[in-house]
Amino acid sequence: MALELSGVEKTVTGRPHIHRTDLTLEKGTMNVLLGATLSGKTTLMRLMAGLEAPSAGRILWHGQDVTGTRVQDRNVAMVYQQFINYPSMSVYDNIASPLMLTRRPRAEIDREVRATAEMLQLTPLLQRRPLELSGGQQQRCALARALVKGAGLVLLDEPLANLDYKLREELRQEIPKIFEASGAIFVYATTEPEEALLLGGKTATLWQGRVTQFGPTPEVYRRPCDAITARVFSDPPMNLLQVTKAGGRLRFGGADGGADGGGSNGGGDDGGALPVFAAMAGLADGPYTLGFRANHLRLSDPGPGALCFTAQVVVTEITGSETFVHLDHGPSRWVALVHGVRDLAPGAAQPAFVDPAQVYVFGPDSALAAAAAYATAA
Amino acid sequence: MAKITLDALAHSYLPHPKAEQDYALKQLNHVWADGEAYALLGASGCGKTTLLNIISGLLTPSQGRILFNDRDVTQTSTTERNIAQVFQFPVVYDTMTVRANLAFPLKNRGAPAAYVAERVQQIARMIGLEEMLERKARGLTADAKQKISLGRGMVREDVNAILFDEPLTVIDPQMKWELRTQLKKLHREFGHTMIYVTHDQTEALTFADKVVVMHDGRVVQIGTPQELFETPEHTFVGYFIGSPGMNLLPAHVEGARARVGDTQIALGARYGALSGKVEIGVRPEFLRLNRVGAGLPVQVTRIEDVGRHKIVRARFDGREINIVAPEGDRIAPGAAHVEADPGRVNVYVDDWRVQGEAA
Amino acid sequence: MNKSVNQKAWFLVLPVLLLVAFSAVVPLMTVVNYSVQDTFGNNAFFWNGIAWFSDTLHSPRVWGSLGRQTAFTAIILAIEVPLGIFVALNMPKKGFWSTICLVLMALPLLIPWNVVGTIWQIFGRVDIGLLGYTLFHLGIDYNYTQGFYSAWATVVVMDVWHWTSLVALLCYAGLQSIPQAYYQAARIDQASRWKVFRYIELPKMRGVLTIAILLRFMDSFKIYTEPFVLTGGGPGNSTTFLSIDLVKMALGQFDLGPAAAFSLMYFLIILLVSWVFYTVMMQIDKDDVEGGK
Repeated sequence: MALELSGVEKTVTGRPHIHRTDLTLEKGTMNVLLGATLSGKTTLMRLMAGLEAPSAGRILWHGQDVTGTRVQDRNVAMVYQQFINYPSMSVYDNIASPLMLTRRPRAEIDREVRATAEMLQLTPLLQRRPLELSGGQQQRCALARALVKGAGLVLLDEPLANLDYKLREELRQEIPKIFEASGAIFVYATTEPEEALLLGGKTATLWQGRVTQFGPTPEVYRRPCDAITARVFSDPPMNLLQVTKAGGRLRFGGADGGADGGGSNGGGDDGGALPVFAAMAGLADGPYTLGFRANHLRLSDPGPGALCFTAQVVVTEITGSETFVHLDHGPSRWVALVHGVRDLAPGAAQPAFVDPAQVYVFGPDSALAAAAAYATAA
Repeated sequence: MAKITLDALAHSYLPHPKAEQDYALKQLNHVWADGEAYALLGASGCGKTTLLNIISGLLTPSQGRILFNDRDVTQTSTTERNIAQVFQFPVVYDTMTVRANLAFPLKNRGAPAAYVAERVQQIARMIGLEEMLERKARGLTADAKQKISLGRGMVREDVNAILFDEPLTVIDPQMKWELRTQLKKLHREFGHTMIYVTHDQTEALTFADKVVVMHDGRVVQIGTPQELFETPEHTFVGYFIGSPGMNLLPAHVEGARARVGDTQIALGARYGALSGKVEIGVRPEFLRLNRVGAGLPVQVTRIEDVGRHKIVRARFDGREINIVAPEGDRIAPGAAHVEADPGRVNVYVDDWRVQGEAA
Repeated sequence: MNKSVNQKAWFLVLPVLLLVAFSAVVPLMTVVNYSVQDTFGNNAFFWNGIAWFSDTLHSPRVWGSLGRQTAFTAIILAIEVPLGIFVALNMPKKGFWSTICLVLMALPLLIPWNVVGTIWQIFGRVDIGLLGYTLFHLGIDYNYTQGFYSAWATVVVMDVWHWTSLVALLCYAGLQSIPQAYYQAARIDQASRWKVFRYIELPKMRGVLTIAILLRFMDSFKIYTEPFVLTGGGPGNSTTFLSIDLVKMALGQFDLGPAAAFSLMYFLIILLVSWVFYTVMMQIDKDDVEGGK
């Protein structure tokens, strides 16, 4: 039992919206589509639902070709960013509406509606109308309507985007529980990496109409297959550094020519160069891109072997418990996420450190050349 | 630029408000210092937009006065107040070029052409739209349009204040970082008084020098991000700031100790006799799981890997407790004990924080 | 397209196609049939080629009514469009008075054409009509049955009275869809009333305005009943517009061939002008968007 996209493409007036995609979503899995606006998340969902026909390729449901089947004849439910309910009906009738079409006995429908309402904490609100509810409750109602008919495929297109931050946090905690109880295939589109991580399951990262990687969410996060995936799956964006490996040293152009080099015991202090660290020792000479996440860029020396850079403070953002320090290093803008409150003067020179175990190495074709050691150990 | 004083300000959308709950904005006294960046933070319907509209002059308050640099402006129009505002959705003049959009507020005020040209160039450089100056605004992406709105808000040097009404709602997460740092830089360079309305705590905390937390038409706390995080004055602030919010547990407080169930928890300060609903509040960041059996006995139910740290969901006596654990920690569901950092435990009576004496 | 895509939906269009065939294509083909034949009566027709078309093209009478028609359409568009916009801008945006205004504005649109003609025919009479009587006693030489200018003025005013509401209502709908934030931003930017109109209201109204102009062009170019009831095309031929002339030719003189050729050309003019106007408007739209890319 699965939904399978096989060689699916979508072209609209000559422009490819979805490049050739092969994807298999297993029964009872939570699948997150992660990507920026216009990266193709909604189009991919519409193809899965049957709201649009692919320009090429096939869509299989439980091994059966459903490519041309209308959405009405598929067992699909969809929840949108906007809260879509029937405004003139009570919450009860809203939830019951998909079941009314099935001509099941009233008592059975009643049972199903009440069970679903209970799961989504809507029981006290069943007699109200949608417009008398808060945004969070309206979206719960829309979710209940999607879940009640026991659809095998539930598509959620940024369902929390229009909600307040705190409501979002609450529903985000509930959705995995609801999903576990339903046993359906869930597909959840979002622009936020943190949301993908919280939902768990599997994640497909999208970039300009292409699925760049698909796998268990923590694995995609810790072992991105290329620089694009790493960028899509980092918030704040991943810090990048262009280097050239030659003769046991890493050189990087456009640097400030300052005191970049090793940390306390890392050795080497000639301008714009670093000693090669263990993970890169086995790689051929040539250009590479190093990537490391904001929480791995530190402002104090973490210990032996750390890479050290001299950067300039651009701006600091304090969240109360942590500080985002925005740094300029040569042509690139970096973000460091450090614990505690650090108010640094803009323009000041600031040493920054990275543990080589937390550095990803991407080749010139952007593919991952060496994963960060900490991720492979975990 | 101006200092803004709110003097016994209150507003109700009803013509004859009687009880306190008729007020969308309850009585408020406050001074917004000149050149500071403020954020108004709260859930929808908390009165933050009402307050913003009163400051901008789109709404006349039912009670009280508003002063710009000691001049009463309560009855004056938006134009006279000389403020700039950026809205939730990009407001651009579609048929104009990006350049004309940016120049519009200056030209309307009859600024000399040479000055307009120079100033537009400067702003365009800061918001990264220099390349697009000659393009029509229609057909640009949402974030480019919002940049134009930001730029138009910023282009006048003499404004009393710049108001932002959830300006990053329609922007992708990656772009939010860029626009936010730009705003922060602009604030540093021009020193305008800025007021930023949002429901998103990250935006509020990272942007503002001082955050004004609103709840149910009332200002519950004004403080720096650090103060809001470490010493929330009200349980709502504890819940609203931080993700997940502060853990609250009913407790008996005696001296420098709190008793929760059968467990004694050390406090960082000494308290007198407390009456009412007594609770202790600890942030998930200041809780630690340990295996030695000391502390609060909990049942770990879920572990959420958020990448840079883990959120551990546990239950104690039917209540949910959240703990933030470092990225590398290995945690399994099941029984565990939780310890708190004594200096980070706050005590609340009837939802308001009580100050202890140094222990 | 993928083969398995369901094409059955096309059958649902069939009833419409049949309906259109009977209501439009068949009568049109009859006209085409007439336009290339001649008759001396007794229902005997013979082939006449394009003679009727070339006759029509060289007929001073047809050119005359085309000229009057074009002048009439140009005048009423020049009045109704700005006036409609002006009315829409000044209508209350919400509340009790906006409902009253909407009902009042909709009233002229509900009155049948011939009744409109009759109303103005009586209204303008010098002996019993309020308008005619007043003007006459003010010492103005007004008589729509005899004076060229009086007749034209009455026909134009009548059309403006009847149809400005349509333009106004469409514009009003366009204005209602502008978010409040735009007006607030304009106030903060200290934009003048004119600039608010020029840079916010007009661009946002462009879509509905295109439709309004198109509708008014097509309708006024085909105008028949009102001037026919009011002036009967007179005095002389001064208010004989295309369709009045056409009816005279077809039914009054029973010149079926020339009338058929005439009506086909008439139809083509309307089609062509509408198409050109619409395409140009859409092209401007597209250029604007593409230019931004």
